[in-house]
Amino acid sequence: MSIRSQIASNVVKTYVIMTLFICVVIGLAYVFGQATGYGDSYLGIALVISFASSLVSYFWGDKIVLAMSKARPATRKNEFDFYTVAENLSIAGGLPMPKLYVIEDSAINAFATGRDPQHAIVCVTTGLLDRLDRREIEGVVAHELSHIKNYDIRLMVVVAVLVGTVAYASDMFLRNLWWGGRDRDNDDRNSGNVFFIIGIILAVITPLIATLIQLAMSRKREYLADASGALLTRYPEGLARALEKISKDKEVLEGATNATAHLYIADPFKGKSFGAWFSGLFDTHPPIKDRIRILRSM
Amino acid sequence: MPILIVGGVIFLIALFVWSLYNGLITNATQIDEAWSQIDVQLKRRADLIPNIVSTVKGYAKHEKSVFENVTKARSALLSAETPEKMAKANDQLSGALKNLFAVAESYPQLRANENFLGLQKELSDTEDKVAYSRQFYNSTVMDFNVKVKLFPNSVIANMLGFKERPFFKTDEEDRKSVKVEF
Repeated sequence: MSIRSQIASNVVKTYVIMTLFICVVIGLAYVFGQATGYGDSYLGIALVISFASSLVSYFWGDKIVLAMSKARPATRKNEFDFYTVAENLSIAGGLPMPKLYVIEDSAINAFATGRDPQHAIVCVTTGLLDRLDRREIEGVVAHELSHIKNYDIRLMVVVAVLVGTVAYASDMFLRNLWWGGRDRDNDDRNSGNVFFIIGIILAVITPLIATLIQLAMSRKREYLADASGALLTRYPEGLARALEKISKDKEVLEGATNATAHLYIADPFKGKSFGAWFSGLFDTHPPIKDRIRILRSM
Repeated sequence: MPILIVGGVIFLIALFVWSLYNGLITNATQIDEAWSQIDVQLKRRADLIPNIVSTVKGYAKHEKSVFENVTKARSALLSAETPEKMAKANDQLSGALKNLFAVAESYPQLRANENFLGLQKELSDTEDKVAYSRQFYNSTVMDFNVKVKLFPNSVIANMLGFKERPFFKTDEEDRKSVKVEF
């Protein structure tokens, strides 16, 4: 596939996943409402809680992440290649220059954050700057800028709201069964009976499914950022070589947590895999081998 | 009734023309902006050249023709005005610089000179910048040209006086091969 058609197909897949996701949330709210007789109030309450917590990460997430990873600003003098490459790629993409930061860590990794191109931040480790050449750094920065250009951070926040909503709604439903179940028995037991059983099953399963959808989404956006990054540099080999070096590097990034893992260019935990066929389902990133193969075929 | 229908059709056409006009003006402004970006980067590149020439001269005085070619190409670039002429002058300058660095290759002391190495790094970065701003310019021009050429836009755009814009073309190899790496 050419670069442009890859971008197009990834965008379509993202929309399909989003639509499915919203259907799941609405269906879940309906079943819970029917099962307990409270109508749609579940969805409302869960949405408010989940929305509020995500709002914080949306507006202050960049600062929180930077503080957590102890990053310092990059300068043109000290990090010449990183700085100038970011300058050049912003020109190529018609984007404002992002703020640049460096993390003192010998692992090779990089991430981008910020809710829109005006608040964009690109951060790399010193290990990456030391061990990658200019073309490879360029590939990595292009990948990160593509996340920003594609509004991936915004998208993943929306997805996080939906996942959170599902989790809160299920949680409330199960608690309600525990504490409020008895009163209901007397009223209209028959009408809610079928929904009641379905509700319990769904409350257990959907949070897991929601998380899997979130991860699938995250992997799609990685492929998309690879493709649009290659469109910026017109040189997919640069990122392919960088990914090769990253996959050979065995070090684990210390500042990374589960909450920030999807932001990085490659899985910061180096796939502590389950060693089973389904282990891929729980990854935030697609396998590096596949990413390199696709980049080389562009 | 017929008056309403005719009025509605006229209104829709006016709406279409209005949005097309605004869209094209926006695109054209973007193109001009992208163009001035190329201009800035090319000037920056031209500004670096006297420094490089004088540094190389310090070690390799007798390679006169090489210096002359670079200086000539530089002033041609500075006086060029249309995208086509500028692209051509830029290619010439790239060729002349290639010779200059080939000459520099045979002077080990020059290659160890920190000033020279710094200038080289700056120059190769500026070349990247030229390449990337050209890429951005060409993609905005492409968007504009597609809009102007597609039917029915073409008819109206033609009446409003919008014309296709020229691409900033260059030797395809220029981008990677001129990298001054030793």
